[in-house]
Amino acid sequence: MQSAYISLGDLKANRNALAEPAASESAGGCSSSGGSGKSSCGSSGGPDDMPTEIWDKVKNHPCYSEEAHHHFARMHVAVAPACNIQCNYCNRKYDCSNESRPGVVSQKLTPDQAVKKVLAVASEIPQMTVLGIAGPGDALANPKKTFDTMRQLTEKAPDIKLCLSTNGLALPEMVDEICKHNIDHVTITINMVDPEIGAKIYPWIFWNHQRVTGVEAARILHEQQMKGLEMLTARGVLTKINSVLIPGINDEHLIEVNREVKKRGAFLHNIMPLISEAEHGTHFGLTGQRGPTAQELKAVQDACMGGANLMRHCRQCRADAVGLLGEDRSEEFTLDKIEEMDIVYDIDKRRAYQEKVEAERQAQHQAKVDALADALDASLIAGQEDLKVLVAVATEGQGRVNQHFGHATEFQIFEVSRKEALFVGHRRVDLYCQGGYGEDEQLPSIVNAINDCHAVLVSKIGACPRDELKAAGIEPVEEYAHEFIEKAALNWFADYCTRVASGAIVHQERGDARIRQGAVMAA
Amino acid sequence: MAYKIIGSTCSGCSACDPECPNDAIREKSGVFIIDPAKCTECEGHFDTPQCVAVCPVDGCIVKA
Repeated sequence: MQSAYISLGDLKANRNALAEPAASESAGGCSSSGGSGKSSCGSSGGPDDMPTEIWDKVKNHPCYSEEAHHHFARMHVAVAPACNIQCNYCNRKYDCSNESRPGVVSQKLTPDQAVKKVLAVASEIPQMTVLGIAGPGDALANPKKTFDTMRQLTEKAPDIKLCLSTNGLALPEMVDEICKHNIDHVTITINMVDPEIGAKIYPWIFWNHQRVTGVEAARILHEQQMKGLEMLTARGVLTKINSVLIPGINDEHLIEVNREVKKRGAFLHNIMPLISEAEHGTHFGLTGQRGPTAQELKAVQDACMGGANLMRHCRQCRADAVGLLGEDRSEEFTLDKIEEMDIVYDIDKRRAYQEKVEAERQAQHQAKVDALADALDASLIAGQEDLKVLVAVATEGQGRVNQHFGHATEFQIFEVSRKEALFVGHRRVDLYCQGGYGEDEQLPSIVNAINDCHAVLVSKIGACPRDELKAAGIEPVEEYAHEFIEKAALNWFADYCTRVASGAIVHQERGDARIRQGAVMAA
Repeated sequence: MAYKIIGSTCSGCSACDPECPNDAIREKSGVFIIDPAKCTECEGHFDTPQCVAVCPVDGCIVKA
């Protein structure tokens, strides 16, 4: 395979401290080639796909490793409310709609409050390994608050990885400070590399004590973003690029963005759907700019495969989220609740717990490798070598099919073929089961959200939704309850191929699905 | 000669506070206020009032 992943090479070339990459121990998983081994699995990349020192940085980072996101948790602290640019998808009167749940003002924290909250969460949730500052404004437009928080955490919680996210405008002047605080993961939101396109996304920036507008503003922002990215790559800091997919404005263009950021050493590229409802009060929301459908999003993501590694498991979480991606336990850690907590930061206990989680993760990886052989055989027998289908999975973590259909607030989507079970995204839905009873009016919206899937894997499902899903052409599957997700998906795929081969069923293509807008999770 | 922040529209984001050359802005009950005795509308410092230029809410900061 062509080695397309030049960023690791750049990182290595520029970082004397890095050791030589360890040899691959296992032939399983994805292939690598050359010294700069590109993962063929996007962000699903595992230890076989990258140098040891990079793997060590990302293996328990839920945002940088798709595998890790089933097991490890993150938290954001909202210490950075100010911003230095205006985006058309963001309403600063409330919260940034793409980094935070819209319409809900976060509880702003001082650095001292934030540090206390991090220690409280870390002692309650030992698998919380990552702390990020993601606004609700821009982390680097609030440098004092951001770096004061980071400095204290480096002393008090040295095992927690520190990250921040930024629009990039102030990035070049902050790179030294970022490195000083041991922040080795930085997310930059880059929506364009062409200022003409940028002018449609950014009405203004605050730059050199002036409000700059139009193409000039987008040009300055673009230059700062590229310069900042190059500087971080040169320092060996891992970077994730977030891009908001805005249909009709930057959809095709994001392929070029992907190419440009990859060239400058970006580790991951996360293409997320625009969230724009009129009630959020954003410019795009008010002017009727729509977000992409599920298949439109997937088409752009697929077109970028082979470029910078793609992240597809982003939940666009709010700036004060706590827990596994897709869950939010921030309500358990409000300021008044933290005041009453007895906080003991036991680093050994955290490490012991994380080792158990790591063992479980490795078991999940092995189960996937084993199940691949069966899927391969079945698809060949069925004459379906090129068959690829999507399956939806209800899970509450640990990488297993372990959630009741009625309890799911999101479904994880896997693209299954004889070669792999690839995580391609997630779909938020409204709870079907409320207070023990199914809400039948919710079912059509759930079907819409997973309409492009052939099956939905659950731990259990009631008779009513089961029949309705079948009628809609989506197969409800309980047989793989509590199995690891990839194994379950591949086993189901093998069974599906077998049924197609026997003539029991006829394979049919599915339609598109709707990406749910609005609030991320019920409060 | 001073600007004022309309409290009901202020989002409390704090962007204005560090930009003020006169240290005239402070937080009060979750929103920001300008001390009219200190505000010079940035005259002698900048071409435009800094708080107005950086504020994300249109019409939130106006002449007093």
